[in-house]
Amino acid sequence: MTQPVMTSTAESLPLPGGLQGIVADWSSDQRAFKNVPWGKAMMWIFLLSDTFIFSCFLISYMTVRISTTVPWPNPSEVFGLTLFGKEIPLLLIAIMTFVLISSSGTMAMAVKFGYEKNKKMTFILLLITAALGATFVGMQAFEWTKLIVHEGVRPWGNPMGAAQFGSSFFMITGFHGTHVSIGVIFLLIMAAKVWRGDLDHERPGFLTGRKGNYEIIETMGLYWHFVDLVWVFIFAFFYLW
Amino acid sequence: MAHAQGQQHPIGIYLKIWGLLFILSTASYLVDYFHFQGYLRWFLIVLFMLLKAGLIVSFFMHMIWERLALMYAILVPPLLLVVLLGIGVLEGNYTFFTRGAFFGPGPTVPAEHR
Repeated sequence: MTQPVMTSTAESLPLPGGLQGIVADWSSDQRAFKNVPWGKAMMWIFLLSDTFIFSCFLISYMTVRISTTVPWPNPSEVFGLTLFGKEIPLLLIAIMTFVLISSSGTMAMAVKFGYEKNKKMTFILLLITAALGATFVGMQAFEWTKLIVHEGVRPWGNPMGAAQFGSSFFMITGFHGTHVSIGVIFLLIMAAKVWRGDLDHERPGFLTGRKGNYEIIETMGLYWHFVDLVWVFIFAFFYLW
Repeated sequence: MAHAQGQQHPIGIYLKIWGLLFILSTASYLVDYFHFQGYLRWFLIVLFMLLKAGLIVSFFMHMIWERLALMYAILVPPLLLVVLLGIGVLEGNYTFFTRGAFFGPGPTVPAEHR
């Protein structure tokens, strides 16, 4: 199986695929990750390290939840919302999940239009993505307020059960929320760059001084999808378990 | 145009994956809504979670279109986490056991014989 050459940075000869391809790529005494801009490969490696950070949080959460002798608060009830006099379990969390997935969808399309050099669509989709991300953070702030002010949840204890509930919750969702907030800031910066035509005219960036190009939208996209990916795991293990 | 050709795929793929993610999220929400319990609940939660994660990584993050060298470099190292997971389960169960033994209600010896 041979794959077509996708960028000009790769050789014009077809590259071997499959396991032979791995050996060839790693042993060729040159760049190992072919067909990807190095910024994208580095983003992947950063995300790999971030995977380990979030996994450490989730595994620590598992360990304290196994080891506590006090009953764990039922997340389905704790995060429920009363709407029209009816108790709906996990409603806010479900909406947050859909908001974040939608932002991932718009981000993927922004990447696509970016490669087509469709400036207007890329800009609009980046802005929508940022808006959905900000909505997510806003809903998380609402959730934290509800938990801290009305339910009396603290990192060292809560009225519903095991004290470890609060510490795990604030640590994991706080770290994830920080990632989303940073992502929103970078999305806005990226949207401004697209709007000004920095990427079309290969203007150097203010921080790195490297030439602008639409590949950085995909790199940005990788980060954003990763934030969504982490939420998938938090949703399953913290809210649904 | 030779520069920056990158990952280009029809928009329909993204919309389909988006739809699938919505369906899977709804399904995992319904697991909670209908109060499934025990192994069925855990199995369904993990199943939907892994399917969602797979779709995001494969299509939104374009992993299935990357070369195997990058795919393996990113996807194989997290498997080490299974070891940490195992250690966590052992440690957690041991802590639970010692807490029960030392801080629990204690042995069932009648009070007058203590």
